Amino acid sequence: MITRLGRWIGKHLMLTLGILVLVYMYIPNMIVALMSFNDSSQSRNLYQFQSFTWDNWLNPCEPQGMCESLRVSISIGLLATLVATAIGTLAAFALVRHRFEGRSTANLMIFLPMATPEIVMGSSLLALFVAAGFGGQLGFWTILIAHIMFCISFVVVTVRSRLAGLDSNLEKAAMDLYANEWQTFWRITFPLVFPGILSAALLAFSLSFDDFIITNLNSGTTVTFPMFVWGAAQRGVPMQVNVIGTLMFILALAIVIGGEVAARRRAKGKAAAL
Amino acid sequence: MDSLQRVFGKNAAYWLIGPAALWLAVFFAFPMLSLLTTSLSDPAGSPITGYTLTWRVQNYIEVLGDYWPYMMRSLLYAGIATLLCLVLGYVLAYAIAFKAGRWKTVMLVLVIAPFFTSFLVRTLSWKLILADNGFIVNTLQTLHILGEDGRLLATPFAVIMGLTYNFLPFTILPLYTSLEKIDPKLNEAAADLYASPFQRFTKIVWPLSLPGVVGGTLLTFIPATGDYINASLLGSPNTQMVGNKIQQLFTTANDYPHAAALSVLLMAIIVGMVLVYVRRAGTEELL
Repeated sequence: MITRLGRWIGKHLMLTLGILVLVYMYIPNMIVALMSFNDSSQSRNLYQFQSFTWDNWLNPCEPQGMCESLRVSISIGLLATLVATAIGTLAAFALVRHRFEGRSTANLMIFLPMATPEIVMGSSLLALFVAAGFGGQLGFWTILIAHIMFCISFVVVTVRSRLAGLDSNLEKAAMDLYANEWQTFWRITFPLVFPGILSAALLAFSLSFDDFIITNLNSGTTVTFPMFVWGAAQRGVPMQVNVIGTLMFILALAIVIGGEVAARRRAKGKAAAL
Repeated sequence: MDSLQRVFGKNAAYWLIGPAALWLAVFFAFPMLSLLTTSLSDPAGSPITGYTLTWRVQNYIEVLGDYWPYMMRSLLYAGIATLLCLVLGYVLAYAIAFKAGRWKTVMLVLVIAPFFTSFLVRTLSWKLILADNGFIVNTLQTLHILGEDGRLLATPFAVIMGLTYNFLPFTILPLYTSLEKIDPKLNEAAADLYASPFQRFTKIVWPLSLPGVVGGTLLTFIPATGDYINASLLGSPNTQMVGNKIQQLFTTANDYPHAAALSVLLMAIIVGMVLVYVRRAGTEELL
């Protein structure tokens, strides 16, 4: 009786503590959402809640340069995601499905960027660009090159774990049933790996969109959204920054939840068909 | 797989790994060499004209003399933040892996979701939470935990707290991955054999979660050591870390050779510490 009671408390104690940690992780998000409704027209320098307003949501692009920086961040984010996801996915296939000479070197090369502080990666790229004579041409393209570089590793790791968990018997079965290589790949392998590719792409976009340290060193005069926020932090942050933060959060959550619901519905449909 | 093998021919693996390997070689490995040569170059030069390699080892000695307190502070702050992340992260990862039941996926998504609100914007909001006239400071002052003119913002506490907050998900995910693999039956068996909950944790769960502990602490400690955003936004000039200095040397002082030397030094210290740590934890196979 006592041990059962102890176990019951123990079980819920850990869950309660875990939820408390989650709450801690969400305090800033709640503040960001709250501040997006803050009327800061009286005093821009005071970063505290003054009075409620819809204005920030109705005129999100009011702060000069903010939406331009957002456009830059989104274009770099999309391009970096596209390239990094494509070549990272190919690399993941090579690492899981093939034994080749240099495989462990390739693995190390993929792992190292994740184990290098951003400031070191950013400064080494800058040193390269300057040494190669591109010191005066830093901007959109140098940022894009850098972002693709640090996204690749995360894409490989994400897709690789999905691919490693795949049952290769499914592919063998398809081949036994006279599917050719392309049919097997597009009808069996790709759909099964696709969720992994999708989460890798989502991760790559968020890493690119959010990066500050590497971008700041290699940006020249180009301003991305995090750089706009950084610059604004020295002067007084426009409240619209919080609108963008909240909007991105809702959008990402919608994508993740939408994907989960779709996957469950498909699983249910398949179960019903059986 | 055979299907890909047929399409790409015998060298399929190299065609597949090629683009990623090439990109990382040119824009990750090669720049490291560039950083190394810059760090040994004559500081008399400019980012536009470039620097000449003179094997000037003094750069390192000068940088070490000038900035070692920043280096030590970075390691200290990052170390404390990593320990805090480990404690908080372990609790949450354990709860998700063993106690969340059908809420597992939801909780896991919730761990990653804050990522999508810009990291800088979230860090700025801590400025508000820890503000001098804010709720937390006022409460602590009423309780006499904090002196009347005591503050949280612009103290080492704020910086360490910011680091802990920002890198917590990096600790949680590897921890969760290795905790999730533990068979609950092992715990049940130990309980049947009269192991106390504490014994079950120290003899079963903790040792089996070690790969996650090592992975998670590394993924937290390494970026935290190089970070300067928390120190800049939440700290004061007295809490600056080595990242602040590297960034200043590059962007405001335009002194690339010294900046590069400091950067190489940071990387060397981190690699050294990681190797010792991984050896001692007995998890070499992680690398």
